Amino acid sequence: MFIPLQQNPVSEQVAILINGESVQVSKGISAAAALLKHGLKANRLSLVSGNQRGPYCMMGVCFECLVEINGLANQQACMTQVEAGMSIRSQSQFRLIALPQKESPLFYDVTNKEPNNAI
Amino acid sequence: MLSDLLIIGAGPAGLAAAVEADKLGLSVSLLDEQSQVGGQIYRNIQAQSLVNKTILGKDYYAGKSLAEDFKASACDYINQANVWQLGAQGDVYFSRNAQAQQRQAKHILLATGAQERPFPIPGWTLPGVMTAGAAQTLLKSSGLGAEGAVFAGSGPLLYLIVYQYIQAGLKVKALLDTTPTKNYFSAIKHLDSALKGWKHIHKGLSLIKAIKAAGVPHIKGVKALKALPHSNTVGTDQESLNKVIYDVADKSFEIETDHLFLHQGVTPNVNLAMASGCEHLWTEEQACWQPTLDMWGQSSQQNISIIGDGAGISGAISARLKGKLSAQNLAFKLGKISKQQRDDLAKPVRKALNKELAFRPFIDNLYLPSKELRRPQQDDVIVCRCEEVTHGEIKSAIAQGCMGPNQLKSFTRCGMGPCQGRQCGLTVTEIMSHERQEQPSQVGYYRVRAPIKPLNLGELASLDNTQIEEENT
Repeated sequence: MFIPLQQNPVSEQVAILINGESVQVSKGISAAAALLKHGLKANRLSLVSGNQRGPYCMMGVCFECLVEINGLANQQACMTQVEAGMSIRSQSQFRLIALPQKESPLFYDVTNKEPNNAI
Repeated sequence: MLSDLLIIGAGPAGLAAAVEADKLGLSVSLLDEQSQVGGQIYRNIQAQSLVNKTILGKDYYAGKSLAEDFKASACDYINQANVWQLGAQGDVYFSRNAQAQQRQAKHILLATGAQERPFPIPGWTLPGVMTAGAAQTLLKSSGLGAEGAVFAGSGPLLYLIVYQYIQAGLKVKALLDTTPTKNYFSAIKHLDSALKGWKHIHKGLSLIKAIKAAGVPHIKGVKALKALPHSNTVGTDQESLNKVIYDVADKSFEIETDHLFLHQGVTPNVNLAMASGCEHLWTEEQACWQPTLDMWGQSSQQNISIIGDGAGISGAISARLKGKLSAQNLAFKLGKISKQQRDDLAKPVRKALNKELAFRPFIDNLYLPSKELRRPQQDDVIVCRCEEVTHGEIKSAIAQGCMGPNQLKSFTRCGMGPCQGRQCGLTVTEIMSHERQEQPSQVGYYRVRAPIKPLNLGELASLDNTQIEEENT
């Protein structure tokens, strides 16, 4: 768990939403730092295996910390500064993102290894 | 708007170049992806989050006056600018707040710095495993630290971060040092020239001394490092790091921890330079790609120069000096000063730079990770984190006749995720070099193409490029 050290006393606190829960964080820290401080270790699922992934490089080169910010998906949490009222959500979609939805005639169940002969 | 010089990156090199170029009469724009200047080394220097200045040390605060000089200059500064393409006419495309924009300059100066070398070990994708640089970033920009962490790998930055953690009053469970023993012998040959940089050696030794004095176990000769999750959380949404396993002298040891910070040195951040057609060559000394540059940082592309660690790893002080030299050269090329004036201005700077560089062969030899650390030793280790391509899958593609890193993309999707090969490119070159018994220079690297940052279509469509079209007709 990441804990706050003795910080600059003038750092202003702002309220943000993490997965819908309201929390207070120092203004100007990154969204990824806010998640870690809040005790979240993972922020998304790997698109391939569905395994948990958390922030890794904190400098914008690994793209592990992708989250939904104010409704916009795939934002780099480590490169985004928190602002009052910001809503950060972990990303739990995996594999199905770009595939047709269930209602579509092109729907194909990727968890079923047999090819869909209906297509 | 056409400026003389457009600099990309506000670390030590970019800032020093901007200040010098401004002083010599060039109009300068500086684009940086962070919200504040400083790059990685001087990150958050203007809004420090820690009260206790002994935590980060005086080398960090040395960036303060540079940031102030930059602020006082007439340079046009654009923060949060994600540059995704350089055009052939000095046109630069970037996104800011989901809006695509462009700028144009007579000359482009790339100061995109370095990133940590990938260190692919079993379990390195588990939540709780981060880079040592990430631990430092959290200290610098958010005042956050982790209790009971394990640091593993090699290199001066690793010792510095452990030292900073100790200064911050955080308990460090262990420093697992993977520096190969043979490196001490190859480094010692360069001790003579290294003594010119005795200050660095003194700093390094005092860091290690302080780490020992704080009672942190400094375990040397570490091999076969593995990160393991809590066994009862595998496959659940709570899956995260639980322990680190390693070998010393063929004996296995384990430490329980929630935080493992990996580090295996830093390498140039090459994506933008490569995508812009700047020639790069493999360097054995640093085991990475380096742009081909003249003594002023001029690349193989006529209107692009490269400075700082992106030009070859040599640290913050030499990054500032390289930035200054490049700015002086461009002031001459763009007609602001004479050749004689340039050479006179450059003389003391070059002297200082040579002194800094004299120290490099010692450091490079001492901390170069062995080939066994640069390539995974088991088949099931993930190499491409984005697409989860394993060492075994890459080897099997090579056995099937895959000719190089680019073809590997079609075989396996390796390198095709959002990080665009930043976390696997070097490892792939090393694996192919080993499997095909070819030099890394023969194997080559991914062909990096613009956009070098993920860009959505809405952002692209928001680009208003009428201005540049008018200027070019």
